[in-house]
Amino acid sequence: MPKRELMKGNEAMAEAAIRAGVEAYFGYPITPQSELLEYMSRRMPQLGRVFLQAESEIAAINMAYGAACTGARVMSSSSGPGVSLMSEGLSYIIGTEVPFVLVDVMRGGPGLGNIAPSQGDYRQVSHAGGHGDTFPIVLAPASVQEAVDLIYQAFDLAEKYRTVVIVLADGSIGQMMEPVALPEYRPLPEKRPDWAVTGEPGRPRRRLTSLYLHPEDEEVVNLRLLKRWRQVEANEVRYRTYYLDDAEYIVVGFGMAGRVALSAVRMAREEGLKVGLFRPVSLRPFPTKELRRLAPKAKAMMVVEMNSGQMLDDVLAAVQGQTPVRFYGRMGGMVPFPDEVLEQIRLLVKEPPTLDEDPRERWIAHMEQMLTPAS
Amino acid sequence: MQTEIIIAGFGGQGILFAGQVLAYAAMDAGMEVTWFPSYGPEMRGGTANCTVILSDQEIGSPLVKHPQALIAMNAPSLDKFEPLVRPGGVVVVNASLAHRGIERTDVKGIEIPANHIAEELGDRRLANMVAVGAMLTLLPVLEMDQVKQALRDHLPERRRNLLEPNMRALDAGAAYAREHAVLSS
Repeated sequence: MPKRELMKGNEAMAEAAIRAGVEAYFGYPITPQSELLEYMSRRMPQLGRVFLQAESEIAAINMAYGAACTGARVMSSSSGPGVSLMSEGLSYIIGTEVPFVLVDVMRGGPGLGNIAPSQGDYRQVSHAGGHGDTFPIVLAPASVQEAVDLIYQAFDLAEKYRTVVIVLADGSIGQMMEPVALPEYRPLPEKRPDWAVTGEPGRPRRRLTSLYLHPEDEEVVNLRLLKRWRQVEANEVRYRTYYLDDAEYIVVGFGMAGRVALSAVRMAREEGLKVGLFRPVSLRPFPTKELRRLAPKAKAMMVVEMNSGQMLDDVLAAVQGQTPVRFYGRMGGMVPFPDEVLEQIRLLVKEPPTLDEDPRERWIAHMEQMLTPAS
Repeated sequence: MQTEIIIAGFGGQGILFAGQVLAYAAMDAGMEVTWFPSYGPEMRGGTANCTVILSDQEIGSPLVKHPQALIAMNAPSLDKFEPLVRPGGVVVVNASLAHRGIERTDVKGIEIPANHIAEELGDRRLANMVAVGAMLTLLPVLEMDQVKQALRDHLPERRRNLLEPNMRALDAGAAYAREHAVLSS
């Protein structure tokens, strides 16, 4: 076994980025992400690399944008409210076709919300990540080790596809400690890419922009981005499966909710229930085809999330009515216990949903009952 | 095989550190382990707790409703978590600060005056390790030597002077538990 270290998720993610060769970090503190920034503030100057705490997330993302245009490996990190402020810049970066890595350590919302773990930014980053026709890659770790591995890969993906990669973690991944085997230190890039603006005299002028005043020109860019995105969809779908071989019922969950569901699925297996787990790791590109292929084999599916059912809509689109789908979630910074997911699995088997059932209907009734104080 | 331990008390009692020592020992023993802290506003001057899960396979949820073991370092922690411990589990109560004894009759329990023992050892801050030592007697999920080695390997440099006292505290807690443990009927 390789040497492992016990690390807090936020610090492990920072160290993984350093080992991946990040050259410049720009950010602004926000709980539950701040340890990532703090770690960077210590380590980056030691290594002679750039750490800069900006005056706001808007400043940070635009500094990162500028640095990325020089061909440097650049990243930032934040949590929901900060990511909202960054979304204009994210769109500019995607529109300019330069690589950038962002870590979103999600917290309870909407609004200022709270600092507890949540998955409420799924739609914000997976279905937007900025205005306009944007396609960020979104990867969702379920453990500290997976967060490290995905961040290490994120820089390669960002550079390969010249786009934004968002690692979507949540407060629990950021705050918990787990053993990690850290990857090797990679050397910093010696050569800048052939699109980078480096101010070098004597060669043809390079221009990076997201401003295309003529719609005819912008549409050419849109098509290029879309075609590149099709490559991402073909090559970069990631997911993990558990106990699916003989599964009659399939639970779908990502990140922390996927982990909680894993415990529940194991407990259900001990009761003899044929349940498996499908855990999407790339949320964008979403493992649509894989879920579509699994759907006819399942008597029913259940989506588990720490939000009101944001990935549920993607699962429904993937499944295309081939099997009924039910939803169970906790919101506002609440993390479900395995026991409550197990209870829902039992109900799924005992009273399977029909294709006509609204996936959220039973869940909403359950939540109302659970949250109503006993009189 | 999975074991879940909740350690709970006031901020400043070394709750999170006690959990980390167990997590380091488990990691060095080649096990899978998660350490999950209560974080956020409640930590400042209020309650602190952490959940440590040790397993021989990939760990699912890092939080459980019904842990195998509880170390309750103060009264509110005992009230909050004692009812949740799994039947047949382990409850360690810091009798120096608890207002009552263990009520459950379906668990292995020890009421240990951890603060008192720690003060006899010369430092009240050792109460956490006294309690951990007691727990290891009732729940031998790790060898005492593995936990001591974790202290040797991972205690920060600036706390090196506390290495020997921490190990003595572990032993004192274990010895007390061997003499006073109440086994479930």
